[in-house]
Amino acid sequence: MGVEVVVEGLTKSFGRQVIWEDVTLTLPAGGISVLLGPSGTGKSVFLKTLVGLLRPDRGHIWIDGHDLANCGENKLYELRRLFGVLFQDGALFGSMNIYDNIAFPLREHTKKNESQIRQIVMEKIELVGLNGAEGKLPGEISGGMRKRAGLARALVLDPEIILFDEPDSGLDPVRTAYLNQLIVDLNAEIEATFLIVTHDINTARTVPDDIGLLFRRELVMFGPREMMLSSGEPVVRQFLNARRHGPIGMSEEKDVSELEAEAQQGHDPGALPPIPPQLMPTAGRLRRSQQAPGTWLAANGVVPPPGSFVDERGRDWLREYPRLLGSVR
Amino acid sequence: MLKRPFHWRECLHQAWFIVSVSALPTALVAIPFGAVLALQAGNLIRQFGAQSFTGATAVLGIVREASPVVTALMVAGAAGSAICADLGARKIREEIDALEVLGVDPLQRLVVPRVVACAVVAPFLNGLVTTVGLIASYLFNVVAQGGSPGAYLQSFNSLAEVGDLWVSEVKALVFGATAGLIAAFKGLTAAGGPKGVGDAVNQAVVFSAMALFAENFLISAVTT
Ligand SMILES: Nc1ncnc2c1ncn2[C@@H]1O[C@H](COP(=O)(O)OP(=O)(O)O)[C@@H](O)[C@H]1O
Ligand SMILES: [Mg+2]
Repeated sequence: MGVEVVVEGLTKSFGRQVIWEDVTLTLPAGGISVLLGPSGTGKSVFLKTLVGLLRPDRGHIWIDGHDLANCGENKLYELRRLFGVLFQDGALFGSMNIYDNIAFPLREHTKKNESQIRQIVMEKIELVGLNGAEGKLPGEISGGMRKRAGLARALVLDPEIILFDEPDSGLDPVRTAYLNQLIVDLNAEIEATFLIVTHDINTARTVPDDIGLLFRRELVMFGPREMMLSSGEPVVRQFLNARRHGPIGMSEEKDVSELEAEAQQGHDPGALPPIPPQLMPTAGRLRRSQQAPGTWLAANGVVPPPGSFVDERGRDWLREYPRLLGSVR
Repeated sequence: MLKRPFHWRECLHQAWFIVSVSALPTALVAIPFGAVLALQAGNLIRQFGAQSFTGATAVLGIVREASPVVTALMVAGAAGSAICADLGARKIREEIDALEVLGVDPLQRLVVPRVVACAVVAPFLNGLVTTVGLIASYLFNVVAQGGSPGAYLQSFNSLAEVGDLWVSEVKALVFGATAGLIAAFKGLTAAGGPKGVGDAVNQAVVFSAMALFAENFLISAVTT
């Protein structure tokens, strides 16, 4: 399960306004990637380009040997079947209740009867923890619930690639943590290729296998989480470590979550903050694309900052990984 | 445009919705329209001593010109604005994008049924305006201005032709479709949050009104 998405030299502009230029990256099959960038850098535009809602000016998007950026309308509709998209506010159909929203793709695209549909829909509702809300209209539930309902709808046709547009925006930290955990568990279960775009540094630091950084109309860097979090590159550093001082000035979007992260990590501009352990699936499962903590660092001879991979309960995931895995199992 | 599955239910639903938002205001507007026409034309005609032609002016004025335009403005103002606001809100909530990602063509699903509904409902409204307008003009002429019922009906009959009614209905159909198209297009291209939807609705109503007057002129010029 899960397919690889290869993006080559992708460029998009609206009129004379260039949104981003020459973006090249590979979303590994079954992995979780995060694209981090301040508000307005074109993250949503990037997602919409990936599913072919917007056509890029230049470049390629290779999926299963087809170029989604340059294919015909019929092929595009076919390739889109591989995708599930969680839009920023869920994008639920306002006139339908949650149940009908989630059932919609099944009623449109399958010949399943209502009892088969009911079974699938209730299973997804259970999965995202929305039991009891199925009869409500989108306007009657909270933003977090709308996102989860949007996720359930994106899942019913068993997509191979799932795109998340700021799953953590507009949510309090507890709900964000809950949703991030849900995403990680989901990846362990369905092994689809995940791409999350976000401006939340905490999500970017803890959830993915790979991180990309979108800033000033380009993809500054894209690579394994441990590489990005230990990078000395000024922009990457300032961003992923939420430094107040650096190439990114105050004019750029600095929102509450960044400032919070800044406050938490102290103000020493010299040293890199510790690399946090990666968010694990619950019940001791492992994601197929997941690597043991420190794998990239060891392979590249990089020593992580002191205190890395220690969680809030004081467990050291670098040293005690096998034992910790056994204990949660 | 109509080749892939046509969404009857959505179309009927929309048609009913359009009737429900525009029937009453349309009828209410038709009354003073007929009355004013009778009043003004009646006065002018009396000065020429040609009172027996009041009925004829009502035919020309109401059936051929006023009624389709009143209908069109009502379809644009009441139905068009509602359609534009609805589609615009869906656009900025990314519902339209979601539809497309789920492999459903928004043109087929949302736009075609609405445009068809507008085009179908407009001639009905037009009939309503014509009827109400003529009754109002008759009552005003006969009751308020003391004109003779016989003369009114006679001059009406001498000038009224079924052809006029057809032209009027065709106009209404074209206006309805135009208002629906403009409203849907403006709604689907709304951008920039709730304010963008407001702007789109505003533009849709203004553009429709301008397009309708232009079309009215063209059709009148071609058919007379
Ligand atoms: N359909 C569009 N037409 C013109 N400009 C657009 C369109 N969509 C987005 N933009 C512009 O692209 C930029 C990036 O937008 P967006 O992708 O929403 O940012 P982000 O999701 O990173 O916050 C913004 O300046 C926005 O105004
Ligand atoms: Mg966005």
